[in-house]
Amino acid sequence: MATIITITSGKGGVGKTTTSASIASGLALRGLKTAVIDFDVGLRNLDLIMGCERRVVYDFVNVIQGDANLHQALIKDKHADNLFVLPASQTRDKDALTEEGVEKVLKDLEHQGFDYIVCDSPAGIEHGAVMALTFADEAIVVTNPEVSSVRDSDRILGIIQSKSRRAIEGREPVKEHLLVTRYSPKRAHEGEMLTYTDIQELLRIPLLGVIPESEAVLHASNQGIPAIHQKDTPVADAYLDAIGRFLGETHPLRFVDYDKPGLLKRLFGGK
Amino acid sequence: MSWLSHIFGEKKATASVAKERLQLIIARERVGLSGPDFLPDLQKDLVAVISKYVKINPEDIKVGLEKQGNFEVIEVNIVLPEIR
Repeated sequence: MATIITITSGKGGVGKTTTSASIASGLALRGLKTAVIDFDVGLRNLDLIMGCERRVVYDFVNVIQGDANLHQALIKDKHADNLFVLPASQTRDKDALTEEGVEKVLKDLEHQGFDYIVCDSPAGIEHGAVMALTFADEAIVVTNPEVSSVRDSDRILGIIQSKSRRAIEGREPVKEHLLVTRYSPKRAHEGEMLTYTDIQELLRIPLLGVIPESEAVLHASNQGIPAIHQKDTPVADAYLDAIGRFLGETHPLRFVDYDKPGLLKRLFGGK
Repeated sequence: MSWLSHIFGEKKATASVAKERLQLIIARERVGLSGPDFLPDLQKDLVAVISKYVKINPEDIKVGLEKQGNFEVIEVNIVLPEIR
């Protein structure tokens, strides 16, 4: 049985694709056979973040329309065994994602023995975003500590609770997880930024992790290597912890408390 | 705001304002989209009723929703034409 995880947020630019790439990679690093699908038809970017943009031949829409089979379209990841990328189409319009088509692709992936299918949702609440969450078993809601992101996350939670198959068929609801990204412990400590507990209180869903704001994310996307591979950076460690929690392990939160730098450190800098 | 705080770079703690605003808007939006969306219709109806008695322009009636403690208050502001 494959588990379908949708990475969503409502708002754009909060780190959905970064998170999709890192969560999918993290699951694969645990030995779980994982596929990650880009649902952002017309504006594909997962291929760039995963560093496989030059190996794209066929895409999600080609598979749905029968122009290629899954085997031809899936791109094997270079950084993790057990990981495959299904890129979005860059040329078609979003209506090319039909509900039946998406369902068939997901079923086929399940038959091929995938343990996890990670769906990278486009921003917004339109067709593509709804298609990405329709078949979800679990949803990771990516939220920045910022008013518009929190509000949009709440909207998307409402849509998960009304438009997902699980909701429509009255099955056990989609399991929701909160992932706070671009978090600055310093600014939160100084009362300039919503804290992760504020956000959790507002959205009322379990916290999967807190990913700190970091330069490592840009370095990762520059190189096309998912951030989780940036060894010994807080971002990578925070994603690894989140994967552990997702799989039922207990990990204390890290990188959420602000330690005031000492005088020496303030004088001589250092990051 | 003084020159002292300017020099020492005192920062504003605005996160609590953000949280309060979000608590209100999220609570309202969760109740359903029926929430404040009826305000335009309410305004139209009010204009129709009041126009029976006084000659006013539609924009002379302002309808808004406010939160006071645990209550939501609909505030209606009607500006009557100037008497010459």
